[in-house]
Amino acid sequence: MTSPESSVPGAGALRQTGKLFALAASVLWLTFKRPFQVRELIEQFWFIASVTILPSMLVSIPFGAVITLQVGSLTQQLGAESFTGAASVLAVVQQASPLIVALLIAGAGGSAICADIGARTIREEMDAMEVMGVSPIQRLIVPRVLAASGVALLLNGLVSVVGVAGGYFFYVYLQHGTPGSFLASFSSLAQLPDLYISEIKALIFGFLAAVVAAHRGLNPRPGPKGVGDAVNQSVVIAFLLLFFVNLVLTAIYLKIVPPKGA
Amino acid sequence: MGTEVVVEGLTKSFGRHVVWNDVSLTLPAGEVSAMLGPSGTGKTVFLKSLVGLVRPDRGRVLVEGIDTASCSERQLYQVRKLFGVMFQDGALFGSLNLYDNIAFPLREHTRLTEAAVRRVVLQKMDMVGLAGEGHKFPGEISGGMRKRAGLARALVLDPQIILCDEPDSGLDPVRTAYLSQLLIDLNAEIDATILIVTHDIQIARTVPDNIGMLFRGGLVTFGPREVLLTSDNPVITQFVNGRRIGPIGMSEEKDEATLAQEQAYEAAGGKVSNGSPALVPQLVPSPGMPERQAVRRRTARVMSMLHTLPAPAQQAILSSLPEGSRS
Repeated sequence: MTSPESSVPGAGALRQTGKLFALAASVLWLTFKRPFQVRELIEQFWFIASVTILPSMLVSIPFGAVITLQVGSLTQQLGAESFTGAASVLAVVQQASPLIVALLIAGAGGSAICADIGARTIREEMDAMEVMGVSPIQRLIVPRVLAASGVALLLNGLVSVVGVAGGYFFYVYLQHGTPGSFLASFSSLAQLPDLYISEIKALIFGFLAAVVAAHRGLNPRPGPKGVGDAVNQSVVIAFLLLFFVNLVLTAIYLKIVPPKGA
Repeated sequence: MGTEVVVEGLTKSFGRHVVWNDVSLTLPAGEVSAMLGPSGTGKTVFLKSLVGLVRPDRGRVLVEGIDTASCSERQLYQVRKLFGVMFQDGALFGSLNLYDNIAFPLREHTRLTEAAVRRVVLQKMDMVGLAGEGHKFPGEISGGMRKRAGLARALVLDPQIILCDEPDSGLDPVRTAYLSQLLIDLNAEIDATILIVTHDIQIARTVPDNIGMLFRGGLVTFGPREVLLTSDNPVITQFVNGRRIGPIGMSEEKDEATLAQEQAYEAAGGKVSNGSPALVPQLVPSPGMPERQAVRRRTARVMSMLHTLPAPAQQAILSSLPEGSRS
């Protein structure tokens, strides 16, 4: 807004990207600056958790089931039924769970953050806060980003458990697999670093979703429609970014951590 | 006493659209100034650039030796503690009730006990006529109350400079009159520098010591109230009298054809509202309030520059002086 418009194609997108990075950096920096907004953090943590826990569980049960059914029918044809459990754990813990968490944090938590911040911005609350000598980023954005990252981290554990449990249920009751083989194959392919990368992913996804939501919320076009558009953009941008970052993280992980049994 | 604000060569544009170019003026310490201008001439942008919310392209804004247009973020937060800003719609925090809204700056910037905070907040709420309304939320009250609450919040840290963005918009004439009186009383009481940005001519006539006007990307004039109110500049007379005939059009600028048409209409004896005489006595503080220190300082300042002012303004200033001091 303050810089002169450039005619180079793509300059606008680059500028927005730069601003997004700048916001992420100042969030990280202001996290360690006092005073820390404990109350706001707890409120936001509770809010984001309350809007994401139930939906993410409801999504993860069928997701785990689909993977089990798909993999199960494949392994049956190959005669490798005993590996269904292992495949299910790998797919759910490493890929599905962080993505489900990310989609819900961005879709349910991020959109709410963006709408809230956006509405405050167009009502000049942010300006008012700034002229009172209080940084809106420190006061409002930092607690929200930390809350979203924290909830994502914890929610990821829950989704992994529920997803695997869903897979187990469908394997045992619908495909008449033996419970023992599902459980026994857990550790044949999966390993502890799979859980670590899953949690790291969830943390990064939560952070990204909240930063994108905050960035769009702080820079809406004027008017109520501007806020609506900003929420829409924040969800779309967050999704695009999450899938891309997931690809990069997965590629790096597969390179540096050798698969078990290889 | 309030703090002087010096603006030098301030220029701001959004893309190719120049909002205003090369604006220079000085808000004299402790006096009430007003910035007029038709809608869309960048009055609010001007106000925001004074507190560093909008960074101008060029120019300086000096407040106690610090240039808010180019200083670091850290200095900006320091300088802003001198300011109290009343935003157009109050800009109250929707999640807090009025009491907490007004207490917000105190809780952020001072180590006052809750009892002391309470004392200050209740005093300011009483001052703006909101006593007993502290439990209400911004969403539940009228626009006028939101404005007054916004003013109370701007006042709690005893600012040296008070900026009011359109204190009249959305208020009925009676409430506007009360608010005008409140601003004058406030100036008498705490002697702060006040800038009012408005397009309400009633406020401009009665409240400020100094008036400026923005139009077509520049500052038309800035000076003692008598200068603008007795001016024969077509833009100013049109605006002050609220007429259609003149350079200001419905859209930002009027085209030649409309102008010619209107002049023909007027020449043919068409009736054009001329408004009431522009120069009316300025408001004085309510009974019981201290005398405004600004009046004495301003008289000295204006008298020293009297010979530079246009003749009608000189006459108006001289005739407004109390009997004894005409020399």
